[in-house]
Amino acid sequence: MSMISAENHGLRLATRYAVLTLIAVIFVFPLVFMLMSSLKPDQQLLADTASLRAFLPVGDISFDNYTAAFQRAPVALFILNSVIVTGVTVVLSLLFCSMAAFSFVFIGWKGRDVALSIILATLIVPFETIAIPLLLIASKLPWLGLEGFTTGWLNSYRVQIIPFIADGLTIFLFVQYFKDLPGELIEAARVEGASWVQIYRRIVMPLAGPVLATAAILKFLVMYNQYLWPLMVVQDEGYRPVMVGLQYFFQLNIAWGEVMAYLSLITVPVLAFYLYLQKAFIASIASTGVKG
Amino acid sequence: MASITLKGLKKSYGNAHVIKGVDIEINDGEFVVFVGPSGCGKSTLLRMIAGLEDITSGDLTIAGKQVNDLPPKDRGVAMVFQSYAIFPHMTVRENVAFGLTIAGASQAEKDAKVAEAARILQMEHLLDRRPSQLSGGQRQRVAIGRAIVRKPAVFLFDEPLSNLDAALRMDMRMEIGKLHKALGATMIYVTHDQVEAMTLANKIVVLKDGLVQQIGSPMELYHNPANAFVAGFLGSPSMNFLDVDVQSVQGDQVTVANGALDPVTITSKQGQFTAGTRARLGLRPQYLTPATDLNAGRLHGKVALTERLGAETVIEVTLKDGKALIAALARDAIFPLGTEVSLGFNPAEAHLFAA
Repeated sequence: MSMISAENHGLRLATRYAVLTLIAVIFVFPLVFMLMSSLKPDQQLLADTASLRAFLPVGDISFDNYTAAFQRAPVALFILNSVIVTGVTVVLSLLFCSMAAFSFVFIGWKGRDVALSIILATLIVPFETIAIPLLLIASKLPWLGLEGFTTGWLNSYRVQIIPFIADGLTIFLFVQYFKDLPGELIEAARVEGASWVQIYRRIVMPLAGPVLATAAILKFLVMYNQYLWPLMVVQDEGYRPVMVGLQYFFQLNIAWGEVMAYLSLITVPVLAFYLYLQKAFIASIASTGVKG
Repeated sequence: MASITLKGLKKSYGNAHVIKGVDIEINDGEFVVFVGPSGCGKSTLLRMIAGLEDITSGDLTIAGKQVNDLPPKDRGVAMVFQSYAIFPHMTVRENVAFGLTIAGASQAEKDAKVAEAARILQMEHLLDRRPSQLSGGQRQRVAIGRAIVRKPAVFLFDEPLSNLDAALRMDMRMEIGKLHKALGATMIYVTHDQVEAMTLANKIVVLKDGLVQQIGSPMELYHNPANAFVAGFLGSPSMNFLDVDVQSVQGDQVTVANGALDPVTITSKQGQFTAGTRARLGLRPQYLTPATDLNAGRLHGKVALTERLGAETVIEVTLKDGKALIAALARDAIFPLGTEVSLGFNPAEAHLFAA
């Protein structure tokens, strides 16, 4: 009996690893293809796509495509713009959405259930449907900045940041996580004299690590991949993010090597950010059951 | 100085009335235990005093001041929760000092007060640990430490020992008793464990379905229960109740009997009885004694079950009318199953309740 079950166990394990390996390969190959192609001249790149050579660093390998990409577009500026927009939005989003969720979960105010329902309902509204009205509003909004009082938010960082700070999904993630925190912790803090702000800062947020990581990664991806909105509101190259920058490489003659080099460059911040938060992200997904 | 007064206190969730008008007077320095079966509203009542639940109607005063609408922090209370509610991301030291930190105390003051609390609770060696490295009993100490460090006038305990094993529970029970004597603060303690209630309380409040059944000292409640519920709730094994016929009434002298019980005259302390009606006779198992002669006792039946505990022997007797009766006899005794027994009791130690 035990021999058979041990064999069965081994077989099951082997099958599991085989499936996992296959999945890993499926996910990794596009990245490998991108990186390898970015090192090859266009002719070889296109010829290699018919064989496994597409995934190997063989033939005429160089960093020429990278040099060309930097010449064709202000790559560093685009990456900087994206990092600023994404970074600021992620930080502000975590702050404001966690505060909103905190009030929904812990502070008993009238109408909070209705308010939360409305916020959650926005999850099913696609951005494309509100893009035009949002553009019209953004083009007329006032702003008090260094240069005094101005009207219209177009061509700025703020027009790419402020509309995306609060969103239903992030609030929902925090609400779900906060609901699972033991209520007695909050009550104990209240009896000990803590104000709501102190409870938020000293009790709830220090315990919110996993959901902060999840929300940060999801928000980061959404913001870093922004295309439609910046295309609509930013004409000035100085504020243009990476995804819009991709247009520079799709002119009359598409240089695929340069496209791949550019893509490799703009993928680096995403991978770095993900790897940084990966452990907490997986823990959070496992504990909340929320899918990214 | 912190006396507490509950006057006509009510709590409803929509149409569900959880606390239905409670009046309790708690004197400064008293140890009051709220006891009752689960769902009787004892925890809700405690949370209303703490300020964690709104008061639907009635008056709550602490130290002469109405506190109905004050947030918990302004009521001068500290609370120990059933789950301990220790902050998992802080060390024991930070947990104990939490209230002081919030109040803006200096580091020196915090150090001194935490050290004193740790000394009282004998947990100096735990101060730099995390809650995850503590046992249940140690966590409970931390929760109590957090409560005593601010020297509040009122302590609230919500079933603090129910997550501990039996031996530890007894130790902690004694410690809480000592703590009360040492601090002299007013303490309100919620439990469903009657042993905790009997041993700790100056005053017990028995609750059922959101209403106070009786308030009094442990022995008052034990010897003079106001109704059958209180009588049955306090005491272990719990009181036997026999349905009896009232044969005659002369003033407060009521003579009762049934198929298994010879006529006996009881001095009634509660309620009115009339001849020819039914009543309930309450007999504590400890006050039943086996008669030497089968005809000498008042209750007759056969032994259905014996539990020999060494110091006492608990027997279940099936009475002649088929009802079961529990008797807890002092000392070890052997009663083979099926033995006919006759049990006697002192009528002064019996209780008569309305049917």
